[in-house]
Amino acid sequence: MNYLDARFQIAYPGFQFDVECTMPLEGTTAIFGTSGSGKTTLLRCIAGLLRAPSGCLKFGQDLWQDEHTFLPIQKRRVGVVFQDARLFPHLNAKHNLEYGMKRIQVSDRHIHVDQVIELLGLEKLLERRVHHLSGGEQQRVAIGRALLISPQLLLMDEPLASLDHQRKKEILPFIQRLNQDLQIPVLYVSHDLNEILQLANHMVLIKEGKVAATGSIQEVFSRLDLPGLVEPNIVGAILETRIADHEPDFGLTRVEFEGQSLFIPKQELAVGSPLRVHIHARDVSLVVGAPAASSSVLNSLEATVVEIEESPRDQYAMEVLLDVGCPLLAMITRKSFHQLNLHPGQKVHAYFKAVALS
Amino acid sequence: MTEMDWGPLWLTMQLAAVTVGVLLVVGTPLAWWLAFTKSRFRTMVEAIVALPIVLPPTVLGFYLLIALGPLGPIGGPWMELTGSPLSFTFTGLVIASSFYSLPFVVQPLHGAFEAVGRKPLEAAWALGASKFDAFLSVASPMAIRGYLSAIVLGFAHTLGEFGVVLMVGGNIPGVTKVLSIAIYDHVEVLEYSQAHFLSAFLLIFSFLILTVVYTINRRLPVHVS
Repeated sequence: MNYLDARFQIAYPGFQFDVECTMPLEGTTAIFGTSGSGKTTLLRCIAGLLRAPSGCLKFGQDLWQDEHTFLPIQKRRVGVVFQDARLFPHLNAKHNLEYGMKRIQVSDRHIHVDQVIELLGLEKLLERRVHHLSGGEQQRVAIGRALLISPQLLLMDEPLASLDHQRKKEILPFIQRLNQDLQIPVLYVSHDLNEILQLANHMVLIKEGKVAATGSIQEVFSRLDLPGLVEPNIVGAILETRIADHEPDFGLTRVEFEGQSLFIPKQELAVGSPLRVHIHARDVSLVVGAPAASSSVLNSLEATVVEIEESPRDQYAMEVLLDVGCPLLAMITRKSFHQLNLHPGQKVHAYFKAVALS
Repeated sequence: MTEMDWGPLWLTMQLAAVTVGVLLVVGTPLAWWLAFTKSRFRTMVEAIVALPIVLPPTVLGFYLLIALGPLGPIGGPWMELTGSPLSFTFTGLVIASSFYSLPFVVQPLHGAFEAVGRKPLEAAWALGASKFDAFLSVASPMAIRGYLSAIVLGFAHTLGEFGVVLMVGGNIPGVTKVLSIAIYDHVEVLEYSQAHFLSAFLLIFSFLILTVVYTINRRLPVHVS
């Protein structure tokens, strides 16, 4: 697999931007951080819209920037989707879509207009002028426009941040499909945890101009040493499941994860579809020894204790990192911790309620 | 209208058209630079561009007369290159008018480019457009109202020019005798009916052209905000 290797240093008055990270060139990598942390700056450096005075950037084998080199943005073939759609107001939707496509070699056009129109549901918008499109529609056209240069890399800078909740829900499925259907690596900047949990496989966490953590999304969210970044609902785990069947009488859907079954509130998805399921660390309880014969909690997984630490977020709580086939973080009280006498390597059962991400 | 008055009218139109042409060529890059530069000389250049608005035309005309003269910094090299002087010629008048009407072309363009801003340009570059391509295919169409204002204001302002022409061009029929000077001449010799005619023409023409522009401006499809 190819990687994007980035190192940038910029000295701003009162703010030192100094980022070094490696991101896989497949799937979706989220660049996550609070506003002002420098995540957009990182994206602009990668795009070539901002030249860090000191920096090095390698896209797979290609050198994009070092002390002597700075490949201009036009030659990088990166699709950029901005927070504001930035459509050209003098062109209609169709001409906006075609703007970039017309400017690349015919032999480089791997993605076709019809494909993009279908993927993003643009059929009815094509003849409209930009100011007759809603915010969500504009953003879909902007995504399509970026895709039509058949980019080597798609950079999205908070593409949903300026949209209301309804519009976000309308566009997210389109973005989820991008990766599966087109196989273009995506870097996705956001400060919205929910978006990232739904979209990303990999994650770079930026804090005050530095990389605070990087890794698969499951790894990053189950790290014990990252206080205050993902509050208030501390993520316990992100499970990649498949829909097994529906139990409409109970309003439940059964999903399968690593050969075990979990129940979540009913989903409108076909059996067999992939679904990300999300567990809050505070919703996990631990049982040592044989699992309870009967319990009102529907979900349990066999787990191995990996690591235990005092919670940096709550003085009366302990955080326990478990392995259930993927990392699972549990937050339990100090009292429970002492009573259960937990220690690394121990086999336990984790009980929890799970929430689907949608 | 007498035979003589067509001359100044035609000459005035020619002068205004050529001046606007020159100013679009010179003013576009200047306005672009003013809109996007971070140079500390920006405010100084802005002030220089605005000078002709506040300076009395005779002051501007006086300096231009010296500059365009056979020993001046513009007229001197011109004399060496072409063998003929600049002052009291149509070319000299075009150069003088260009200075005089500069702010009326540069300021609307500057404002329009600033309204376009960097954002659509960044989007165009990311889509593979070179900087010049992005200027032609994105910034210019988005700045169309600015261009329209620049053309009209530049043209109208050159039409009404008097002081600078008098200083630099004199009053040579067919060469430098423009409309406003013709009106002055008529008034001098008490030919009020001709003066009325030309003045009314200039008034109505200016009014019509501004009305047309404001109408088009309202109906233009591009909304930049």
